[in-house]
Amino acid sequence: MKFLDALLGRSKPKQANLDALFALPGAAITLEAGAGLRPTGQAAVCFKPASGQGFATTSSELTELLAMAVKEAGSTLGVEEDKYGYRWVVLGDPDLEDLVTSVHLVNSTLEERGFGPQLLCSVFGFGAADGGERCLLVYLYKRGTFYPFAPRPGERRDNELELRVRATLGSDLPVEPDLTRWFALWGVPVA
Amino acid sequence: MARSRFPTDVGLSSRMLFTMFLLGLLYVVFVAVLIVVVKNVVLVVLIALGFLFFQYFFSDRIALFAMRGQVVTPQQAPELHEMVDRLCALADMPKPRVAIAESDIPNAFATGRNPKVAVVCATTGIMRKLSKPELEAVLAHELSHVAHRDVAVMTIASFLGLLAGFVVRMAIYGGMYGGFGGGRDDDDDRSTGAVILLVVLASAIVYGLSFLLTRALSRYRELSADRSGAILIGRPSLLASALTKVSGDMARIPTRDLRAAEPLNAFFFAPALAPGFSLSSLFATHPSLERRLEQLARIEGELGRRA
Repeated sequence: MKFLDALLGRSKPKQANLDALFALPGAAITLEAGAGLRPTGQAAVCFKPASGQGFATTSSELTELLAMAVKEAGSTLGVEEDKYGYRWVVLGDPDLEDLVTSVHLVNSTLEERGFGPQLLCSVFGFGAADGGERCLLVYLYKRGTFYPFAPRPGERRDNELELRVRATLGSDLPVEPDLTRWFALWGVPVA
Repeated sequence: MARSRFPTDVGLSSRMLFTMFLLGLLYVVFVAVLIVVVKNVVLVVLIALGFLFFQYFFSDRIALFAMRGQVVTPQQAPELHEMVDRLCALADMPKPRVAIAESDIPNAFATGRNPKVAVVCATTGIMRKLSKPELEAVLAHELSHVAHRDVAVMTIASFLGLLAGFVVRMAIYGGMYGGFGGGRDDDDDRSTGAVILLVVLASAIVYGLSFLLTRALSRYRELSADRSGAILIGRPSLLASALTKVSGDMARIPTRDLRAAEPLNAFFFAPALAPGFSLSSLFATHPSLERRLEQLARIEGELGRRA
C-alpha cells in the first residue's frame, strides 16, 4: 500500500507511537548506574499547533486537564512557543514516573482528538549529580524511539556523552538506530 | 486507535489514477504501432532508454546545476536545516540534503529520484520574501514531493513522450537524407516512405497526447503536495499565504531570468512564467492559484471541525 500511496501522492500523516514512553523510568535506573546521569525532574512535550477551532478547543481542554493533574501531583507546568512556531508544554516533577504520566496525558489528549500527527517529540532532562554534564533524552513519536541530546554552549553537542548514553541504555530503551535522525533541539526549555 | 482528522481525497486520487491509466494505454498503443510498422525499433528504444537512465539517475544533479543550487551544511544555514529537521521528524522521513540557490526568483524545488538522495532547494529570493512560518510551509510542500517520489513518477511519465518527440525528429532527418540516397528501386522507396510517414504521424499524435496527459498529471501531483504539506504543518492558510506572495511576485520579475528557469518548472513550487504569457490551463504544469487556494481553504475547513 505504501507504493500505491506514493504513486497516488497521498502520503498519510504519520500517527504517533506512545507506548515506548513507559519504559523510561526503568531505563533511568540503568542510566544512573551506568553513566551517572539522573533525571533533573523536568520534561517537555513539543508539538506543532494546528489552526482552526478543533485544535483551539483541544488546547484549552488540555490546559484545564493538565492544571488539575499538576495540582493533584504537586508538580509544575509552563507553556512556551519557540521561534519555529512549535509549542512546548514544560512539566516539572521530582518523580520520573509522575512526569511520564503527565507527558502521557498531553500525548493521549492530543491523540484522542486526532492531533497525534502534530506531536514532534518529548524531552526528558538528565544531568550528572554534581551539576556538570547535561544530557537530554528525546523521544521521537513517529519512530517510537529515543535518542540522547547533550547540548553544550555555542550550539555544540557532546557526541562522546551521547554515544556513551546509547551504549549504556542498550536494550532497556528503543534507541534510534539512524544517527541522522538525532536532530539537534537548540534552546530546549528543559533543564 | 488513533484517528486522522483528514480523510483521503478520493476524487483527487481517482483523477490521478485515471490520468496515469490513459498515459499507460497511450504508450502501449504507441509501442504496438511502432513494433508493427518498424521492424527495427531496438536502436531507438536503446537510445531512449539511455535518456531515461540519465535523467532518472542524475535528475538531482541536473536540476541543482541548472539552478546553481549549492548544498549547504547545518553550520552554513542553521535555521533552514532546523526547519527541515523538524518537518522530517514530524513526517517520519529521512532528511534530504538542503541546498540554497542564489536567485531573486522566489521559488523552491525538490529533486532526487527517491527520499534517500533527495535535495530540497530554496532560492535566496524566497527566503527573503517569506516569513519563517511561510517558508516552513513551502518546505513542507517540497518534502511532500519527495515523499511522493514525484521526480521518479514524472520522469517515467514523460519518458515515452520524449521518445515520441525523438522519433519524430529522427524520422524527419532520416527522410531528408533518404531523399538524396538514390540507387534503390522505386517500389522499395515508396513503401519505406509510407512507413516513415506512418511512424511520424503516430509519434506526433503520441507526443501531443502525452504532453497534455503529463501536464495534467503534474497538476494533480502539485495539488497532492499542497494537501500533504498543509496537513503536515497543520496550518493550510500558511501555505496559501506563501502561494499568494510568491505568485504575486512572479509576475513582476524581469522576463529574461524567468525564461532561464522555465525548463525546470515541473519541480518548482510555483511555475516561473514570463509575464503576459497566458497558456490555457490545459498546458500548465501547475494548477491555477485559485484552484490551489480553494483546496487549501477546504483543508482548513476539515481542520476546523470540532474535536
